Amino acid sequence: MTTPSTPPKKPWSWRSQAFRGLIYQVVTVVLIVLVVLYLANNTNTNMKARGIQSGFDFMMGGAGFDIGESLFPYDSADPYWKAFLVGFVNTLRVAVVGIVLTTILGTIIGVGRFSRNALVRGLCLCYVEFFRNIPILLQLLMWYLMFTEVLPESAAPLTLGPLFLSKGGLNFPIPIWSGGYTLGAWGLLAGIVAAVFYRRYAHASFERTGVPKSTILTPIGIAIGLGLLGWLLGGAPTDMNRPVQGEFAIENGGALTPEYMSVLLGLTVYTASFVAEVVRGGIQSVALGQSEAASALGLARGQTMRLVMLPQALRVIIPPLTNQYLNLTKNSSLAVAIGYPDVVSIANTAINQTGRAVECIAVIMLVYLSTSLFTSVMMNWYNNRSAIQER
Amino acid sequence: MKLIRLKTAMVLVAATGALAAAPAFAGKTVDAIKARGQVICGVNTGLAGFSAADSNGKWTGMDVDVCRAVAAAVLSDPEKVKYVPLNAQQRFTALQSGEVDILARNTTFTLTRDASLGLSQTAVTYYDGQGFLVTTKSKIKSAKQLKGQTVCVQSGTTTEKNLTDYSKAAGLNIKPVVFEKLEAAEGAYFSGRCVAYTTDASGLASTRNKVAKNPADHVILPDLISKEPLGPMVRRGDDDWTAIVKWTIYGLLESEEYGVTAANADDQKANSKDPVVGRLLGSTEDIGKLLGLDKEWLYRAIKATGNYGEIFERNVGPKSALQLPRGLNNQWNKGGIQYAPPLR
Repeated sequence: MTTPSTPPKKPWSWRSQAFRGLIYQVVTVVLIVLVVLYLANNTNTNMKARGIQSGFDFMMGGAGFDIGESLFPYDSADPYWKAFLVGFVNTLRVAVVGIVLTTILGTIIGVGRFSRNALVRGLCLCYVEFFRNIPILLQLLMWYLMFTEVLPESAAPLTLGPLFLSKGGLNFPIPIWSGGYTLGAWGLLAGIVAAVFYRRYAHASFERTGVPKSTILTPIGIAIGLGLLGWLLGGAPTDMNRPVQGEFAIENGGALTPEYMSVLLGLTVYTASFVAEVVRGGIQSVALGQSEAASALGLARGQTMRLVMLPQALRVIIPPLTNQYLNLTKNSSLAVAIGYPDVVSIANTAINQTGRAVECIAVIMLVYLSTSLFTSVMMNWYNNRSAIQER
Repeated sequence: MKLIRLKTAMVLVAATGALAAAPAFAGKTVDAIKARGQVICGVNTGLAGFSAADSNGKWTGMDVDVCRAVAAAVLSDPEKVKYVPLNAQQRFTALQSGEVDILARNTTFTLTRDASLGLSQTAVTYYDGQGFLVTTKSKIKSAKQLKGQTVCVQSGTTTEKNLTDYSKAAGLNIKPVVFEKLEAAEGAYFSGRCVAYTTDASGLASTRNKVAKNPADHVILPDLISKEPLGPMVRRGDDDWTAIVKWTIYGLLESEEYGVTAANADDQKANSKDPVVGRLLGSTEDIGKLLGLDKEWLYRAIKATGNYGEIFERNVGPKSALQLPRGLNNQWNKGGIQYAPPLR
């Protein structure tokens, strides 16, 4: 009796394709590991042979140098790791604020390329072509020169109300923290939560009844209103720490240094020109029929852009946009050229003082690698969220 | 991004250099130099009086003269030097990795550098101290008046740390603005970003007299806040080479002490009865062979650059553009602290 059966599973064999594939992979991995180990070991041995000390133990020792600007208290007696942390936070300060500003500016310019107004269209085109074709280092130097050459001395600053603008940077009043502000901050937080819930309700209500409710202005109003209420309940404090004219420079108040502003402006303006192109490409990728259909439904041009075109363009925009965010973060390392104490600048000083070049470079690489990977992960998450929902 | 790449490349170069030939450097620097026919000398990117290239690409300065003297001693030709301009952070890596034979780049001798970088310090060519440059307009008369002010400084130098130490000890809360390049730090000071610029007093004189549009608008404060003994460094582990560089410098110092100059060297060589001069110029005793060199090594060096005093006068002395007083750098028997061990 013969029973026609499915072809029997091939017996495992040394010569099977699967086995060969596995061998190749194992060999490749082992080779890579060996090369890395060889390089590491050899560098280490040779550095020892020449009496170059190595290791990360220096991180716990006192740094012994001051840093021009820091978001949290730092003293020269603090250990190296804290100095690196200051640098890292300074890098993040540029990257995060830069990414937000770049997105806003880039989107405006990108959308502007579709304007019906020829002047707006032309200006946006000029902006893109001008800024993306000049090397970023030059632009940073240009901004820095503008701040340090063109502006007046700190002894005679430009005064714009409570603001002082000079070679020393931008000085502005900051509120003196008191109970009222704490209450205000809590109010704002509660307001934001309430606004999120209101938006959900408004969407649901629109789906149910078809009557549109404001999903932007009202929630913002709720958030700000509750914040104000908290501030008023806290006694509406208005005490400010105002900058005053000192003998050589401006004292008190908050300050943005020209180094920070140059880095931020330079990176934002430069990257925005790329983002504008990304946005333009994304919008152009949406079929023309979509915009025609939106007009046929009676949507205004602004609404067409906001409700129909941009949400669809977003799917095309996000992956290249992630690249631009990463570029901005990495380009921030050029800040060292104009004296901004970012993580590269701190590492430079640390290398000189301790001679641990390999270790400090490794820290820099780790910082940029982890920051970039984190940005990628967040953007991929957002990309998945905004991808087409298969129904 | 670009900078990161550059730095990484530097480290990789250092690492591959280390991979290629580990202990082969020891004792071999002189052989390598002779085979190559060139001394490779790491110098400053541009510090008038110490090492700066003119419009024809000709290097001059005190540090440059040390390289020329060494080349004359080893290769019999002061022109056989290749100059590699290095910024403050590149310098040690360049020396460690074997990219340069000698680092003559107004570098301060310190314990950390001597003990942990795999480098050896040779002899002090210039005793310096750190000071401040301010504008005449600011009417600042003393460093104590810099309380809470911004001060421009170049990174990768001992200067940065001295500034912090001084600021802390005197309770001044000085805010440093740190630049990677010398030119950027100077530029920021001249543009008015910083109230003061700080580096070694000799560097300040160089900046004031060579870079400033009008030197009279700037003044160097009298306060010196640190000791900065500057001199050439070499790789650790090649004692023969270290000795050659060290004794060339001592030789130039001693020839000043005994009145041997570039102009009278020939005459002295033929006629001097002084046994010290005889040893220096190789007319009697042969001290060169102890260093693995010939009899006339120092004679050639003196002919090429002049003695220490001549080098000083020509590059930074009162009659040069820098107008630095001899001060500490005078001979020990003339009120200074330059004291060469005897060449015998």
